[in-house]
Amino acid sequence: MLEISNIYKTFNKGTIDEKILFSDFNLKIENGEFVGVIGSNGSGKTTMLNIISGDMPIDGGSVTLDGKCLDGMKNFKRAAKIGRVFQNPSMGTCPSMTIWENMSIADNKAKSFGLSFGLNRQRKDFYRSQLELLGMGLENRLQTLAGSLSGGQRQALALIMATMTRPDLLLLDEHTAALDPKSSDTVMMLTEKIVHEKKITTLMVTHNLRYAVEYGTRAVMMHDGGIIMDVTGEEKKNKSINDYLKVFNEISIECGN
Amino acid sequence: MIEGLIIGILEQGLIYGIMAMGVYITYTILDFPDLSVDGTFPLGIAVCFVMIRNGLNPYLALIAAFAAGCIAGMFTGIFNVKLKIRNLLCGILTMTALYSVNYGIVGKASDFLSMDSVTIFSQTAFLFGNGHFAMYSKLIVILVIALVAKFALDWYMRTKSGFLLRSAGDNEGLVITLAKNPGTVKIIGLAIANGLVSLAGAVYCQYGKAFNVGSGTGTVVMGLAAVIIGTTVFKKIKFLRITTGVLLGMIVYKACISVALALGLPSQNTNLMITVLFILTLMFNEFVLKKKVGVNKNA
Repeated sequence: MLEISNIYKTFNKGTIDEKILFSDFNLKIENGEFVGVIGSNGSGKTTMLNIISGDMPIDGGSVTLDGKCLDGMKNFKRAAKIGRVFQNPSMGTCPSMTIWENMSIADNKAKSFGLSFGLNRQRKDFYRSQLELLGMGLENRLQTLAGSLSGGQRQALALIMATMTRPDLLLLDEHTAALDPKSSDTVMMLTEKIVHEKKITTLMVTHNLRYAVEYGTRAVMMHDGGIIMDVTGEEKKNKSINDYLKVFNEISIECGN
Repeated sequence: MIEGLIIGILEQGLIYGIMAMGVYITYTILDFPDLSVDGTFPLGIAVCFVMIRNGLNPYLALIAAFAAGCIAGMFTGIFNVKLKIRNLLCGILTMTALYSVNYGIVGKASDFLSMDSVTIFSQTAFLFGNGHFAMYSKLIVILVIALVAKFALDWYMRTKSGFLLRSAGDNEGLVITLAKNPGTVKIIGLAIANGLVSLAGAVYCQYGKAFNVGSGTGTVVMGLAAVIIGTTVFKKIKFLRITTGVLLGMIVYKACISVALALGLPSQNTNLMITVLFILTLMFNEFVLKKKVGVNKNA
């Protein structure tokens, strides 16, 4: 269970540009939940992810994952339990390394990177089977450099790498935003499949309202550092995209965009 | 005469080639423009010089020089990672500090080893007899050391730790998601790189039997030139590893300098020629190779 409690965060404190984003922000995510987060620009979606991952310091509050307090822990230490896929497809893979090498390092996550052979040969067939799930033909291209793959292929690979060693929490940071519509649909379907199969607690920030509606077990809408809509279970299933749009338009008008 | 010239080029090319492999780690793999090299090369000379002068084992001197280089490289890394100093400045700081350190180690600005000092070359000379073949004795010893360094580096790059080093230069964010500290990886990379540079200095010391506190000037430019020749020109040849390309790059580089000198270029103009050669390689890379393949920048 992920618990974000009493978060305070102010940007540019003490300057003319001071912006209070979070003031006593709270969010609780049960194990196995797949939460889609939507919201206007500057509503704090990505900041929230950065706070969870430890990439952004907070002024007050606390983050706990499965009862373990993450406060004061460096980002790379937290990463042992957290998987993450970024918006930029080149951030989830190593462009100058082959698919096989990329999968080998992902497979070794949080273990020691010593002087034993880097390429994992025993698990080659397993990697192939994982890549086969993508339906992109990557299973026959293990020796291809990740840098020469298309954005969609790289993002799919990044997704597999981020979930290879099952994380306690998966953070998806607008991971389809940089892809063309067809690739984003493919990556989104894969996300659902992997998250469902591995039962990974997932927090997905997205700009695509439809994804938040169609996928996941819970939808959260954020605005101005607060949660203005939080639906789960049956209630979520019964809501149509228009219900979300109505709320979304209200907040957008309020902001003037 | 020509044979002697070629042997000289190969000897120097291979010694400096070891150094260039270090520059390859920082410049190409870690994307860290590391100027400490100008200080760690003479550091290797200094450490080795003092040990040889005191009659210590010449192989031990190589290892000690490697270790000294590693420590110096770690300082550069710590300046950057822990003290958040910009990478270019970190190298300059280490290089500047090492000038005094190197002076302190030897105790003089320049000095010579006696001709009968025990070195890796004097110890192995008997293997090559007194005939014509003796001309090649130093070259073969240097070749063995360069190849050992090359294969060790190739091996390291294929280990898990090496994979992490490669990803740290490529994509620091990925190292974080693997739950590893990219800063530590960077420090390790800089240590290995400067260890190799210092090792090259130690071989050079036993080869030239001289120490000069200013002998590091221009080392990094030389190394960069070799790396760029090695990674662009020799990249075209599929079966060659990049480390081999870098060694060959340094030999090409040394050959160009030697030919220019033999053709009557005044030796004070070599730095000018180095710069021109460097720019030509970069241009070759930019305008000839990239045009041909149409390399895409995202790759």
